[in-house]
Amino acid sequence: MRWGVVRFPGSLDDSDALWALGHVMGQEARALWHKDEDLGDVQCVVLPGGFSYGDYLRCGAIARFAPIMKSVVRFADAGGLVLGICNGFQILCEAHLLPGALMRNRSLSFICEQVHVRVENAATPFTCAARQGEVLRLPIKHGEGLYVAPEDELRTMEERGQILLRYTDDSGRECDEANLNGSTCAIAGVANETFNVFGLMPHPEHAVETALGGEDGLKIFRSIAMSVEGKRTGASTAGISSTTA
Amino acid sequence: MLVKVFVSPRKGILDPQGRAVAQSLKSLGFDGVGRVNIGRYIVLELDTSDAEQARTIVRRMCDQLLTNPNIEDYTFEIAAARDESPEDQSR
Repeated sequence: MRWGVVRFPGSLDDSDALWALGHVMGQEARALWHKDEDLGDVQCVVLPGGFSYGDYLRCGAIARFAPIMKSVVRFADAGGLVLGICNGFQILCEAHLLPGALMRNRSLSFICEQVHVRVENAATPFTCAARQGEVLRLPIKHGEGLYVAPEDELRTMEERGQILLRYTDDSGRECDEANLNGSTCAIAGVANETFNVFGLMPHPEHAVETALGGEDGLKIFRSIAMSVEGKRTGASTAGISSTTA
Repeated sequence: MLVKVFVSPRKGILDPQGRAVAQSLKSLGFDGVGRVNIGRYIVLELDTSDAEQARTIVRRMCDQLLTNPNIEDYTFEIAAARDESPEDQSR
């Protein structure tokens, strides 16, 4: 399938995302420039990690108004798949493509660690290659990853299954020590109401080769590829997704 | 026209910076400190002399870019260029 990775001034993980998709997964992946409005014929847009526009004012607040974001919003509104990683997640929240916001970590420190996240809903285009409840090991590296959303919104998101990833320990148990940034309800990744936009703080693109500490990140990219290629061949997404563990 | 915008964490929303500073103040011996909130102070120069127009513009700026309504509240003051006393403009 065809992927586009947006390059903003200050993006850092665009090259790693292109490497993960193109070199490791053998997919067709190209960079998209923030000043362009044309997404071409990509089937999934990735907003990578980094510090777009210096993260001035608030993380993602300025990137949201980049020319390419108009097209990304249109693409998402039409059902296109959008994945936001770290700073990309922050941009998607600022652009109102995802609910909630990301604030300074509870510790106020920048955190760079391997963490564990539990797959809370494996019946989505972003998680269908994982098992329900499966624990993935992924790195985080951020100063502002504390997820917040209004309480009533959180309840609705929970009911709809929009919370896709939660921080847990390596056995999948929720505990305060595993929630390094102090996110509300230990939320690590959320989808929109229509499950075509997904944002997460951990970095799947940094976990695609065992030499680099693990390849659990591939599960996220493979899910997307499976759901797009499954659609093309007429197979239903439900048929591909593995059900309960 | 000079406009001063005060952005603060929305009430009821976690304020990690405020909480950390409150704890630090306590550890320094300032016992009488309750809640601490840390926000942002933005000074804008607008080339209009019409206060009503300025208010409208600043509200639009706050809603679109200067604040995130999910997590932040704002108030602003308009100080007319001709040394008039600033008036308080709560949202």
